[in-house]
Amino acid sequence: MISKVPVNLNKAYLLNLASKGARIDGRGLKDYRPISIEFGVAGKADGSAGVRIGNTYVMVGVKAEIGTPFSDTPDEGVLMVNAEFVPLASPSFEPGPPDENAIELARVVDRGIRKSEAINLKDLCIIPGKKVWMIWVDIYVLDYNGNLMDASALAALAALMDTKIPVVKVDGEEVIITEDRKPLELRDYPIAVTIGKLGQSLIVDPTLEEENVLDCRLTVFTTKDGNTCAFQKAFPGVFTPEEILEAVDLAIEKGKELRSKLFEAYEKFKEPSKG
Amino acid sequence: MSEERIVLIDERGLRVDGRKPDELRPLKIEVGVLANANGSAYIEQGKSKLLVAVYGPRELHPKHLALPDRALLRCRYHMAPFSVEERKSPAPSRREIELSKVIREALEPAILLDRFPRTAIDVFIEVLEADGGTRCAAVTAASVALADAGIPMRDLVVACAVGKVDGQIVVDLCDLEDKYGEVDMPVAYMPSKGVVTLLQMDGILTREEFEKAFKMALEACEKIYQVQKDALRRKFGGVQEESVEEVSGDK
Repeated sequence: MISKVPVNLNKAYLLNLASKGARIDGRGLKDYRPISIEFGVAGKADGSAGVRIGNTYVMVGVKAEIGTPFSDTPDEGVLMVNAEFVPLASPSFEPGPPDENAIELARVVDRGIRKSEAINLKDLCIIPGKKVWMIWVDIYVLDYNGNLMDASALAALAALMDTKIPVVKVDGEEVIITEDRKPLELRDYPIAVTIGKLGQSLIVDPTLEEENVLDCRLTVFTTKDGNTCAFQKAFPGVFTPEEILEAVDLAIEKGKELRSKLFEAYEKFKEPSKG
Repeated sequence: MSEERIVLIDERGLRVDGRKPDELRPLKIEVGVLANANGSAYIEQGKSKLLVAVYGPRELHPKHLALPDRALLRCRYHMAPFSVEERKSPAPSRREIELSKVIREALEPAILLDRFPRTAIDVFIEVLEADGGTRCAAVTAASVALADAGIPMRDLVVACAVGKVDGQIVVDLCDLEDKYGEVDMPVAYMPSKGVVTLLQMDGILTREEFEKAFKMALEACEKIYQVQKDALRRKFGGVQEESVEEVSGDK
């Protein structure tokens, strides 16, 4: 991979640029790279989406299965989020079980969706204590060029918007799956915005090159009402309390932008003629 | 829901364990409790009990992980199978893997890793009894254990959780409040430097609630900082004046 020395040389360059409000790819400090959102990219999934942020590409497939609920929540469905860093996506990804970065990514996306209460898990109960819907959200990182958090969270939400689960009939203890499908109902649209700290500057949507030299970063999930619902600070650097408040405000503002992009893409997908 | 809702704040405004919203649980820190480790600490925060050991700086295996310009900090947060209500499998869970990462990243900014190139510093955290706030107790105790190991640091790292239960912002959540409350937000802080090294949150907070909770967490960290320093003084308070000067004159 990229060796230590060029990273350090690059850091001085990127820091200098950032202090002047500039970035290596010509963006402003608070701009996202171009974003594209595609729905229904995997035909065999119950819901799917592909999100590109610049050269980062993440695909998410949702599968709904009938399973048994957890004993402490017998009347609730189950949401499971998993992330795979597919080796074809980056020279730094290796085959094998998910490493700490993949586990963190999946757990943070899970937290954002779960805590926004986007999915009413009680709606996913079929027979209390016996049969519930298990919603598997599989994050598939296919091209890694920075900011996996935001791309994965956006793709996961888009895939859930695209999800249709079979309509079931209950006959005593038996669950009969019909041909009909109904959309998974979402009550909120949690959006992740990641803010990186580069010297004295805060930047939105860091690329891989920027991530390599970031002090640290903060991912903030916001709900449709503009409240925060999950945070995760990562990388071994520090934020001052003032920087954190600034980052949260920035995330609330950028979250709105991303959410309207998502809705716009969804409208186009639903009614292509109007596009 | 068929079962009764648990009341987390009573009519007098007190919490399940009788505390006020901004009141910490009883806190005890002991330094140098293990014979083999280079540094160690034991912490009791309410009913949460943890043991932390620091080994290193020491030779790093496997060698290819060595960093040419600094020590490699490794951290393992692990829960004893008997630390929780239902037996926990001793194999590392996804939660433990994530917490090991965030705890490592919370401690790393405090340590002068560049003093010990090519070596490893290992921090082992064992949760013996869990009653909420274990990642915070782990950070608090680990930084004391690092100091006990004589590893040069910029500051101690203190951590404390804040949260929202029954609509109230409260500090230092216990297990019940963590489970049935609305929000849990762990914060780690270096008080002398005034910087935050860990921040996580789950649950819905408005912008105003967040700011209030965040400030409360920093105040709680200041209080815990005193307990950390007292614990270190109890062990090292007797150290001769001259030798202290020698160490500080080094830099």
